[in-house]
Amino acid sequence: MNHAVTIEGLGFRYPDGHRALDGVDLRVHPGERVAVLGPNGAGKTTLALHLNGVLQASEGSVQIGQTPVGRANLKEIRRRVGIVFQDPDDQLFMPTVRDDVAFGPRNLGLDRDEVAARVAAALDKVRLSDVADRAPHHLSFGQRRRAAVATVLAMDPEVLVLDEPSSNLDPAARRELAEVLLELDVTVLMITHDLPYALQLCPRSVILADGRIQADGPTAELLADEPLLARHRLELPYGFAVSQTRASSGS
Amino acid sequence: MSGHHGLYRPGSSVLHRLPAQVKLVAALLAVLAVVAAPRHQIWVFGCFAAVVGVLVATAGIPPRLMARRLLIEVPFLGFALLLPFVAQGERTEVLGLPLSIEGLWSAWELIATATVGLSLSVLLASTTSLPEILNGLQRLRLPALLVQIMSFMVRYTDVVAGELRRMRIARESRGFEARDIRQWPIVARGAGTLFVRCFERGERVHLAMLARGYEGRMPMGDASGAPWSAWATGLSLPVLFGLLALTARA
Ligand SMILES: Nc1ncnc2c1ncn2[C@@H]1O[C@H](COP(=O)(O)OP(=O)(O)O)[C@@H](O)[C@H]1O
Ligand SMILES: [Mg+2]
Repeated sequence: MNHAVTIEGLGFRYPDGHRALDGVDLRVHPGERVAVLGPNGAGKTTLALHLNGVLQASEGSVQIGQTPVGRANLKEIRRRVGIVFQDPDDQLFMPTVRDDVAFGPRNLGLDRDEVAARVAAALDKVRLSDVADRAPHHLSFGQRRRAAVATVLAMDPEVLVLDEPSSNLDPAARRELAEVLLELDVTVLMITHDLPYALQLCPRSVILADGRIQADGPTAELLADEPLLARHRLELPYGFAVSQTRASSGS
Repeated sequence: MSGHHGLYRPGSSVLHRLPAQVKLVAALLAVLAVVAAPRHQIWVFGCFAAVVGVLVATAGIPPRLMARRLLIEVPFLGFALLLPFVAQGERTEVLGLPLSIEGLWSAWELIATATVGLSLSVLLASTTSLPEILNGLQRLRLPALLVQIMSFMVRYTDVVAGELRRMRIARESRGFEARDIRQWPIVARGAGTLFVRCFERGERVHLAMLARGYEGRMPMGDASGAPWSAWATGLSLPVLFGLLALTARA
């Protein structure tokens, strides 16, 4: 079976000596939606940056499809792996939403009509066609987050990586984003500590803590295992419970 | 308001629809023609003003708004009004005051050219949004790096201002008031923090750009430039002004 993402023994140490990743193993099937759960500082963002070669493995390897992530094929990797960063203000920097969404496709060297078609399709998917000509910084936070998703969708990636997509969203914006994400048919790696969101969007979850994958299984099963969550500083919101029956039917 | 700097008034007039690069070139050339017009031919400035008036009406800018925007030239007017008193040369009596004739002409020239030139700039800024202006500058082959820096400044002014405001609110919520000099070091340290935050932001923006295939060169927008008909329409203004200036010189 081919995997969309293959991570083997990935280790990474920041220049200051901090060991953020310490032997991560993870395989993701094409079309799968997997949540990467972990407390703050677990190394989730560091892991994401390895998936498109912004950071390069100092130990172990990362492979997208059959292609290893490395200096030689960065261009291809960045076309195939899209990362939506945690803060949309980091991602949106062009004068208009349309220009911002076009930035990636233009970097791919596509011609004008193709760029326009990609931009229109991406904005349609995130339901922002009506604000295409506005400045990103005049949108609501929820719209900015969806615009950031569109900038990546316009690259037509095989793998979509979302870093804390639900952070700072109000309930309505959160639901709107979930609707958008559920309609996509790409492989999704969703990094989050928002456990209900993982349950809603991702059939499978892994727990990343202390730089390693500590658990891997159906999301409902992991979330029903309170001692496991507690060991890794993960908690369901007050009043929220995942029953074992749901866990077994969900798997 | 969306992507609009303070002066921009959305609209759909001919002036709004002309491509930004055409308007930039037309305004620049028109100002050169105004400067080249001989100051003794007062009628030619009347013609310039009439044409500008027609353009303002076409763009649907209320005259009062236009007048308010022209107020920024008041300090220059003050300077111009001094000229007749301080300039050398032959004098004439106006209401009993001895004024330099040369100074009067200089003052008139300064006021007339400044008013027409400024009106054209205000007209440009009122009918062209900032993104369009930046795009136009890039099309006119202004170094891409300069245009990028300018557009990043526009984009992140809000972000930085927001950060600055949050830091100030955080300080003041804890009882800090920057009232006298002894408190300046705290404000200065705040500036240091702001710098670090901006720097880190810049790094994250750069990462996000790399992730979308950025390789150090900004991709150009739509490849097609302005159609010749747009250039013809836009450049008719400086051509008209140029002809007026030439006629006045003859
Ligand atoms: N640029 C950096 N230099 C040094 N240490 C870093 C850097 N970025 C992150 N770290 C550290 O690496 C660990 C993992 O960070 P990160 O991947 O951002 O965690 P998460 O996204 O799970 O919250 C944290 O302890 C963090 O302090
Ligand atoms: Mg993170």
